[in-house]
Amino acid sequence: MIDIVLWISLAIMCIALVVTFIRLVLGPTLPDRVVMLELMALLSVAFIGLYSIKSGHSAFLDVALVLALTAFLAAIGFARYLEKGGLHDDD
Amino acid sequence: MTTDYVTFGLELATAVFMLVGALFMLLAGLGALRMPDLLMRMHATTKAGALGSGVIMVAVAIHFGEAGVTTRAVAITLFIMLTSPVAAHVIARAGYFTGTPMWSRIVRDELKGKYDRDNHTLDTPPRYKLKATADESTAPAPDAPSESQPEKQKPDDSTP
Repeated sequence: MIDIVLWISLAIMCIALVVTFIRLVLGPTLPDRVVMLELMALLSVAFIGLYSIKSGHSAFLDVALVLALTAFLAAIGFARYLEKGGLHDDD
Repeated sequence: MTTDYVTFGLELATAVFMLVGALFMLLAGLGALRMPDLLMRMHATTKAGALGSGVIMVAVAIHFGEAGVTTRAVAITLFIMLTSPVAAHVIARAGYFTGTPMWSRIVRDELKGKYDRDNHTLDTPPRYKLKATADESTAPAPDAPSESQPEKQKPDDSTP
């Protein structure tokens, strides 16, 4: 039973990843794309959880934790770049 | 015989949590695709995404049933639930400052014209300004925002 549900869940997550990627390509502004990258990181964390169930190795969860940390730092950095960095007209 | 029931119940719980988490992630993706605005897209992705990954981590903890795995799953869930709102707030603030266009049918923008776009601070609300200038000694409550305003401006003045 758990194998069938695992495959169904992986298929649903693949659809979610494709849909997120479509919005990442379409997204009209840069903050939209940053939000979509963060959602893709969350999807990757969920994928790693499902894959650790599928493979039976629980060591993949450390990867998920580090990935979540990296995604948070990337979001903070992108937001700082958007708000204060980049091109200025300070004259 | 009872262990069969327990095993079946744990498998059933794992399957249900996996499916619910995957459906929440699909909901986040669909909201990201279909919503018309940056803030509405974040409204869809942040909450549904954090909930979906947390529910999948609950499924992982039930499936393995060990103390170390449960600790790691709880750590991942707590970390996501702590950092996801912070990242969403920071990105939404940056998007508002960079002038991301809102939905055309939006009714009201409460922040419009209230942000000081030079040093990125909120202006003092007018009701505090009036009381503070009228009588400063007998009004201790309005003093607090008028005191906090120059404190906020200090680091912004020093940065350029």
